[in-house]
Amino acid sequence: MLLNPALLISAVLFTIGVAGVLFRRNAIVIFMCVELMLNAVNLTFVALAQNLGMGGQVFVFFVMAVAAAEAAVGLAIILAVYRHKQSVSLQNMNLLKDG
Amino acid sequence: MTATFFWIFGGIAIGSALLCITRRNPIASALWLVVTLFALAALFVLLDAQFIAVLQVLVYAGAIMVLFLFVIMLLNLGRPGPTDIKGPVGLLTGAALAGALLFQLKVLGQTTLPSGIQLPPGTVAAIQQQQGIVGSVANPLFGAYLIPFEIASVLLLAAIVGAVVLAKRKL
Repeated sequence: MLLNPALLISAVLFTIGVAGVLFRRNAIVIFMCVELMLNAVNLTFVALAQNLGMGGQVFVFFVMAVAAAEAAVGLAIILAVYRHKQSVSLQNMNLLKDG
Repeated sequence: MTATFFWIFGGIAIGSALLCITRRNPIASALWLVVTLFALAALFVLLDAQFIAVLQVLVYAGAIMVLFLFVIMLLNLGRPGPTDIKGPVGLLTGAALAGALLFQLKVLGQTTLPSGIQLPPGTVAAIQQQQGIVGSVANPLFGAYLIPFEIASVLLLAAIVGAVVLAKRKL
């Protein structure tokens, strides 16, 4: 009965996360928007688990594990980039761009 | 009653997510994201996933967000500086793309599941009553999903080693 509201809220949260990735230039804020998108998907999993069985709740575990791994590695990359460029703005990360 | 609380917490989640992507200061962004994560934990409770809600607060709002704040403060990015939000062209393109995505995802609000794959109502509540809140998640995790669980542990080990290798100045 709460399935459709939950899916709607999760769609809006996912869109906000996408919008944040498109709007911002700060690498850390973009990273947080990715976490927001992962959480929107978690909400979908939990909402559908109510109707389709406990497998959905188990999958939230795996999403959390992947999110934790991603946060650790991603923040380490940001630290390494900051050491080279003294900035976390994506405007300065154009090493692979020609010209 | 449940539906009212659901919409209240959903509204809090959406509002704080919007504040999260519009604040200039990364620390303010991170703290608004914590509010979103707490509101999502409340939604999980309302959707019969109490154990997931506890994990959400412990792992996401606790561990992962502390890691984010730690890095922001380590790099000293909390000072007010020039805005990192893109100019009008980038903002308009982003808004148009996000609007198109929302338009496509909006159909989720009216979707209905085919009755063939749906469990009879009250099944999940009965499983939770019988096996306990934690047991109902743990049984499939250590049964049908045992191999993915082991793969996740290898992934976390690789992530730990990778983070140390990347962040260390000199190995």
